[in-house]
Amino acid sequence: MAKNTRQAKPRLLLMGQRRSGKSSITSVVFHKMEPQETLFLESTTRIQKDIMNSFMDFQVWDFPGQLDYFDSTFDTTQIFADIGALIWVIDAQDEYSDSLARLTTTIINLQNTFPHINVEVFVHKTDSLNEDFRSDIFQDVVQRVGDDLNDAGYINPNVSYHLTSIYDSSIFEALSSVIQKLIPELDVLQNLLDTLINNSGMTKAYLFDILSKIYVASDTRPVDSDIYEICANYIDLTVDFTDLYNYPRDDPKSLGEQMEEVESSMTFEDGKMVYLKEMNKHLCLVTVIQNKEAKDKKGLIDYNVHIFQDALKAVFERAWEKTGGEVTGEGQSSARPEQNSLET
Amino acid sequence: MDARKRKKKVLLMGKSGSGKSSMRSIIFSNYVAKDVRRLGATIDVEHSHARFMGNLTLNLWDCGGQDAFMDSYLNSQRENVFTNAQVLIYVFDIESREVDRDLDTYSAVISALKQFSPSAMVFCLVHKMDLVQAEHRERIYEERCRMILTQSDSMSVETFASSIWDQTLYKAWAGIVHKMIPNLSIIERFLRAFAEQISAEEIVLFERSTFLTVTSVDTTAPKSTSEETANPNPDRHERISNIMKSYKHTVAKSTKGPSSSSVSAAGFVLYKVQTPSFNAFLARFTENTYIAVVVPPGEAAFNCAVLNTMMAKGAFLKKTGVEG
Ligand SMILES: Nc1nc2c(ncn2[C@@H]2O[C@H](COP(=O)(O)OP(=O)(O)OP(=O)(O)O)[C@@H](O)[C@H]2O)c(=O)[nH]1
Ligand SMILES: Nc1nc2c(ncn2[C@@H]2O[C@H](COP(=O)(O)OP(=O)(O)O)[C@@H](O)[C@H]2O)c(=O)[nH]1
Ligand SMILES: [Mg+2]
Ligand SMILES: [Mg+2]
Repeated sequence: MAKNTRQAKPRLLLMGQRRSGKSSITSVVFHKMEPQETLFLESTTRIQKDIMNSFMDFQVWDFPGQLDYFDSTFDTTQIFADIGALIWVIDAQDEYSDSLARLTTTIINLQNTFPHINVEVFVHKTDSLNEDFRSDIFQDVVQRVGDDLNDAGYINPNVSYHLTSIYDSSIFEALSSVIQKLIPELDVLQNLLDTLINNSGMTKAYLFDILSKIYVASDTRPVDSDIYEICANYIDLTVDFTDLYNYPRDDPKSLGEQMEEVESSMTFEDGKMVYLKEMNKHLCLVTVIQNKEAKDKKGLIDYNVHIFQDALKAVFERAWEKTGGEVTGEGQSSARPEQNSLET
Repeated sequence: MDARKRKKKVLLMGKSGSGKSSMRSIIFSNYVAKDVRRLGATIDVEHSHARFMGNLTLNLWDCGGQDAFMDSYLNSQRENVFTNAQVLIYVFDIESREVDRDLDTYSAVISALKQFSPSAMVFCLVHKMDLVQAEHRERIYEERCRMILTQSDSMSVETFASSIWDQTLYKAWAGIVHKMIPNLSIIERFLRAFAEQISAEEIVLFERSTFLTVTSVDTTAPKSTSEETANPNPDRHERISNIMKSYKHTVAKSTKGPSSSSVSAAGFVLYKVQTPSFNAFLARFTENTYIAVVVPPGEAAFNCAVLNTMMAKGAFLKKTGVEG
């Protein structure tokens, strides 16, 4: 219920032991830090709320050292009410028993009051582990958390597990799957994207959060992660290039009419094309087109993308932009405008 | 005779571990910065050829910098190494603890060069600047340059700060290569006239495989050669080299098939960006160049600019004689 009437951006809370990699994840994903630079991150013990220009909201908590959030004097409602997903980061290269114990306590507490929150466990720093060891650790985490929850009487809690690392695209892909579960309109978006690629001869299409390169939706055709990287890095390319020439002109010239959104494409020697179009302040569409004939039908692509953009606008207006977005008050947000009008 | 003249002998020297082969591999052999840790110390001299813009060929002498090798370049191989050199690129490791000793060796190299190739150009790279904290970089670099200049005898020397981890690598190497390109002023005159014709704010010419800047014209700059342009990003050209090369690696990695063909398939033909404040494209121009064109907004004019640029290729070749 609360989930369906949520009007703000999807909100994520990142928790885990100190040094498990939370600040690194935030820095790499939302602040474009190079993975190797995270070695110099200072440890933080404050709650970090990032204000950023993204489709989602992100908060980071460090443990131990922070308040005991299930202490009765602590207002859990305030912390958890608006959260869509709790991401629990486990350092796979370190001893993680304490972290697992803390995780199960948290899940059990959440089950009572906030059963709608998705718990997403990131088995993190898996880059330097070999294939076998990696899957052993993954199995071990799933098994131990599952057993503990079982013992406590919880059979099917909302818990999912991901293998992640900031040194490859796995962290972006994991966050993409986390965010997609929080988008009630995901089915609609997937259908729209399927229609788009089928009508325009595209290989793959992603709807990206521009700032973070997390994708909010994609068509349902399975592809390998190379295609994801070609599309995700295309955003960097275009954002970086645009930054170099986007300065305010003293006397801006114009040579004629032009659309308001950024549009970009790159054609390769083997005939493949990558195409990007800004959809709104936060989102852009990136597609790969391998079919040579399709690529030449720029008019058709423009037309279909335009239709997609309109449909997207309609979806999000219905979903959460209509009420003006931001959730300002804490707590259960009971005073929604529509609800009031229903009651009178 | 013409061909021989355009084959330029370039000596790449400096202490062992200073980063000579690292830079060469990234600029000329499609390595990424993290791959260079795999390189071993260079034994004696490694020769390679880099074709640059068709009729300019760099004959690179990557001279392993361990003491024993240095010694032989300066003594038994002296004439062989230093004769007929057009360019010396000397690399200083900013982290080196033996600054005085480095300078002594440099000074010995300069006198050998002066003896056998007195008209050679000298470029000194103060390298691995990423290891210096950003706020101290300028000061430490300036200091080091002063020391280098006192040891340069009367040779004309140009210095650059560089690091393989950012765009300064491209700035340094573009600066070096720029000085060797024949017909540069004709190329620039052509580009300037063409820029006026299509109302471009800026045109930049890049070499195809290295993506180093060959030259550029900016119509927002007051005439003559003034560095002042309207664009507040003075390092934009080397940044473009850097971001284009790194995207090329993303694509090459994923293009299946034999590695040599995947790198060429990763080459792009046309990149376009349209935004409310400017339009730009980067296109394969001649056999060995890409051209970047930035124009004010306006969709129809932009499409014309792309077509006109493709059609200007013939005139460019004829007038500049670049790809003879
Ligand atoms: N931090 C940093 N390290 C660099 C840079 N350039 C090169 N290196 C490192 O320096 C080491 C030595 O580089 P090489 O290129 O093999 O050195 P070289 O000058 O060819 O050495 P010799 O062949 O023995 O003369 C490599 O392991 C690189 O990782 C740089 O810009 N910054
Ligand atoms: N190998 C590896 N190291 C990581 C990864 N993520 C973070 N780290 C390292 O883990 C250390 C602690 O990270 P930090 O983000 O400060 O942890 P926090 O205390 O949870 O915020 C840093 O040295 C990071 O470089 C990863 O995916 N792989
Ligand atoms: Mg931290
Ligand atoms: Mg070497």
